[in-house]
Amino acid sequence: MSEMKNIKNLKEFSTSADRFEGANLLCPGCAHSIIVREVLNATNDDLVLSASTGCLEVCTAVYPYTSWDASWIHIGFENGSTAVAGAETMYKALKKKGRLKQPERTPKFVSFAGDGASYDIGFQWISGCMERGHNIMHVVLDNEVYANTGGQRSSSTPIGSSATTSPEGKKSYGEKINKKDMMTIMAAHGIPYAAQVSPNKWKDMVKKIQHGFAVEGPVFINAVSPCTTEWKFDPKDTMHIADLATDSLVFPLYEIINGQELNITYRPKNVVPVEEYLAAQGRFKHLFKDEYKYLIKEWQERVDSNWAYLQRREEARV
Amino acid sequence: MAFDKMELKDIEVWDGNFAAAQAMRQSQVDVVAAYPITPSTPIVEGYAKFLADGYIEGEFVMVESEHAAMSACIGAAAAGGRVATATSSQGLALMSETLYQASGMRLPIVLNLVNRALASPLNVNGDHSDMYMIRDSGWIQFDAFCSQEAYDLNFIAFKVSEDHDIRLPAIVNQDGFMTSHTAQGVKTLSDDAAYGFVGEYKPMNDMLDFEHPVTHGVQTEEDWHFEHKARQHNDLMTKVMPKIQSVFKDFEKLTGRKYNPVEKYNMDDADVCVVCLGTSVETAREVASDMRAKGIKAGVIGLRVIRPFPFFEIAEALKNVKAIAALDRSSPNGAAGMLFNEIAGALFNTDTKALLSGYIYGLGGRDLTKAHLVALFNELQANADAGKVTTKLQQFIGVRGPKLAFL
Repeated sequence: MSEMKNIKNLKEFSTSADRFEGANLLCPGCAHSIIVREVLNATNDDLVLSASTGCLEVCTAVYPYTSWDASWIHIGFENGSTAVAGAETMYKALKKKGRLKQPERTPKFVSFAGDGASYDIGFQWISGCMERGHNIMHVVLDNEVYANTGGQRSSSTPIGSSATTSPEGKKSYGEKINKKDMMTIMAAHGIPYAAQVSPNKWKDMVKKIQHGFAVEGPVFINAVSPCTTEWKFDPKDTMHIADLATDSLVFPLYEIINGQELNITYRPKNVVPVEEYLAAQGRFKHLFKDEYKYLIKEWQERVDSNWAYLQRREEARV
Repeated sequence: MAFDKMELKDIEVWDGNFAAAQAMRQSQVDVVAAYPITPSTPIVEGYAKFLADGYIEGEFVMVESEHAAMSACIGAAAAGGRVATATSSQGLALMSETLYQASGMRLPIVLNLVNRALASPLNVNGDHSDMYMIRDSGWIQFDAFCSQEAYDLNFIAFKVSEDHDIRLPAIVNQDGFMTSHTAQGVKTLSDDAAYGFVGEYKPMNDMLDFEHPVTHGVQTEEDWHFEHKARQHNDLMTKVMPKIQSVFKDFEKLTGRKYNPVEKYNMDDADVCVVCLGTSVETAREVASDMRAKGIKAGVIGLRVIRPFPFFEIAEALKNVKAIAALDRSSPNGAAGMLFNEIAGALFNTDTKALLSGYIYGLGGRDLTKAHLVALFNELQANADAGKVTTKLQQFIGVRGPKLAFL
């Protein structure tokens, strides 16, 4: 029988047994480890995990050490989803053949990857896994940049952000292209569940992860992962930045069921201006020069328009 | 067991693809993840059909690319079960990144590689450029010269690859179309005998053993990477060939069919010989017999095992030969051919005075005719008589236009 964890408060959360150890090499203040703990803590079931090449992978499995007290695999940058899908396929085969060592167990198959490994280089592999209906969950640790290789732009990098391959300069405000809407693309595969989550709203996240574990079929989770190094904020402010992300509606929290039913799961009581979210991060510092202030206005309009769109979809039950 | 057994005749008429598919069925492969590419596609279609007809209990995943195919095979193998797939040419090129990952992670997977030319220009026919491209990828490589061998070598490949002392993936090569699509008589094993030979899969470090979580595919930098690579090479150099020899012996006991890392034909007293791969071996054997009738002591060596390279076996087989031709069915693009270089390396520190010349042939499915081989053996005899190589060291045969020769 499948068993979800019932964690009532942060104190319980902090003392819950970990299958992802604190002994890892991630930056102080990195949201990746917080998100991973929140995902793994949603269930007591056995886990088969993968990580695509990226910060999480290089910081948690450096031979002869491992931070993982659950089966874990890494192959390459693009194929973490397919690695875990392969393991899930073997699980189905051995189950059919009666050759599982612990046939009563109900493992969960989860793949973790950054936005580069999901939105860009791993896009085809993830799409394949979603289309084929593997019983897996793909979690994007979305820090909107190739952080592991030093801050290059990905297709998740938002407009106006300064990345090393789209730097701000005397004649440039940095990234020129809007962030790819991965949630809509994944939901369009008709998968049973897609959700956007944020580590500061951990109860919302756990609820969504547990929903994802409960459904049969592929699940896509996009988790905003504030990056102290590349977003340029103080490591102690990770949760503050996450608060600004969700409360400014830059990262609205919502879910899409069966590709057809959108629910907004968090409505901030006091919506924070986007300007505050941008001002808190060094990657947007140049936008506050006089010549680029129009971009901040455009940012706000874009966020407002997206929020209105999500609300219209929710109201229309589509 | 919830699958049906198949009654086979003692001899079935199968092409190389179907022979490989039957061997995969009889080995009861748990997971096949694959992507179609000519000429290997019928192998995985065969597995899919056997599954659909209830002759296999397993899972077939038709993925969205060859890279994903091998990625899923790696995940499935790490989970703990028997895994196989098939590909050719561009498909192999696309999955080449993952080939190194599979072997570095020490996962037993059997890949049927139906040899085909690499673009550009695009070409679907047989040559060995795909086989050559990934020869240093850490996979064990067998070479089948005909359908029968494609069938037999699959069983042997599973048994070697999955051995807990070996734990390395294995490729079974066969020539595109010439073997893969040419029907021949194939002596079969019964389902029980075949599965009895391969044996039940014994998992090791399996991700699905939840009592023993395991981390696969770690990071190692300058502190440990070299040791990992060195150990893999060490095992290929010291453990794999003895294991192959012992599995060859077991297979001979079961079937009477004897395999050797280096397949010798008329080599006992040969003055001249060709060394080659794939279907060319059978053509060369016929011509060598014809040459004997003309008074030329001709022999043929076909490489059954390409990796690990049978360094000493080939040196031993060639020690009394006067003139050798290395036939490479892949453009070396600016160097000597692979077989030329490997054989030169194997002979260099020995007492042999053999003369070695290289021939590039058959690219993109161009026929190697008996006439080509007759001329070639005559050149070798001329070399032997003259005590030196009388031609350029590297010649192209069967190509249009003025004769191409280098070195």
